Amino acid sequence: MNEPSSTEKKLIPISVVALDIALPESPTGAMIRTLGLVSAICGLIIVGAYQGTYDAVAANKRIAAERAVFRVLPKAKTIAEFFAQPGGGIAKVGAGDTAIPPGAVKFFAAYDDAGKLAGIAAEGVGKGYADNVRIMFGYQPDCQCVVGIGVVAMRETPGIGDKIITDKDFLANFTALDLRLKADLSMLANEVKAVKHGSKTAAWQIDAIAGATITSRAVGKAINDSAQALLPRLLPHLEKLKTS
Amino acid sequence: MSTADTPQTWDEFMEGVWRQNPVFVMVLGMCPTLAVTVSAINAISMGLATLFVLVCSCGLVSLMRRFTPKEVRIAVYIVIIATFVTAVDYAIQAISLALYEALGAFIQLIVVNCIILGRAEAHAAKNAPMPAMINAAGMGVGFTIGLLALGVVREILGAGTLFGVALFGAGFQPWVIMVLPPGGFFVLGAWLLLFSWWARRRPLKEAAQNV
Repeated sequence: MNEPSSTEKKLIPISVVALDIALPESPTGAMIRTLGLVSAICGLIIVGAYQGTYDAVAANKRIAAERAVFRVLPKAKTIAEFFAQPGGGIAKVGAGDTAIPPGAVKFFAAYDDAGKLAGIAAEGVGKGYADNVRIMFGYQPDCQCVVGIGVVAMRETPGIGDKIITDKDFLANFTALDLRLKADLSMLANEVKAVKHGSKTAAWQIDAIAGATITSRAVGKAINDSAQALLPRLLPHLEKLKTS
Repeated sequence: MSTADTPQTWDEFMEGVWRQNPVFVMVLGMCPTLAVTVSAINAISMGLATLFVLVCSCGLVSLMRRFTPKEVRIAVYIVIIATFVTAVDYAIQAISLALYEALGAFIQLIVVNCIILGRAEAHAAKNAPMPAMINAAGMGVGFTIGLLALGVVREILGAGTLFGVALFGAGFQPWVIMVLPPGGFFVLGAWLLLFSWWARRRPLKEAAQNV
């Protein structure tokens, strides 16, 4: 009876080993020290990486914006960045000045060889099939019309929605898309809208791509919303932009 | 390092590349694997970014292993991993914005890639920095190979190009579904099938020879 069974004999050493493995609780000081040390090292690495790449990233962003502008305004040679203030009026974006007042609309003024205004470029956003479609459009003050568009970012279905950058018939909509304002310059005279393929009747309508109506509509809405916000503020001050 | 160590080091490295390949054997990190492999260049960039984060974070985790109380180890690992991911994020923006846009949120999501936390917890926390980094490098290379295997197939079938160079004539009709999300599953399934068939065939062959 006093003799322990064989199973009990086996159990005893196991429980002893388990007690051995359980480490004592770490002191609070050690935890704080380690976390503090790790945070300090990581902070240094992040700040180093940010500062080390800052110039290259800024240059890349500028080049990407310029490329998008040059694509929609082929005559452009140099560009300047402006923003239209919420209360009306425009201001130039200074170098390294990334903070734009809330409600302001950013746009680019493009100049040709002779330093004359070659057009205005602005970005617009519309809800597409998969995600927001961000486009850049070129605007000519002379004809008050869109003269070209390019896509900044989109995730539309390859082969269907992404035809908006390749379909020649669709792009033909944007050689002279009417963006005239009302006589009092308060808003667009006509809403820019994509209409069903083959039913375009007016110069402010966009003939949608058959099978990619949602993406086409997104482009129309992007241009409409952006122009609606930008042009009434911009046109009264157009003289300021005439020469670089 | 002495020459006697070399085979073991090599073994350590090949562990991740082949026997424990993160994509084909462990089937870890499927989120970026399926999402960014629409082209070979995206795949290889994602693979290299992950490789860098793996090696650096495993190195630092291993250096810190003696001072890391087990109660706060996960916090320490995540902070270290997130740091290197942030560094990679800036580096990719500096190299190419187009690539940055193409990889999208998946660069930031390297933070929660289970391969990296898995390596930190299972290997780097218990080994000296050198073997930990070699093991991590093997895993990273294995992951890159896995992504590249998917990216190459999907780009050739879905776009008719390889690294952006057109492979076929103008008459080629791309198999568009291959660059859409379902294509990722098809190609991954096909590779897994091929890989496990091949891995199973070898022992069978050896057994047949022994008989």
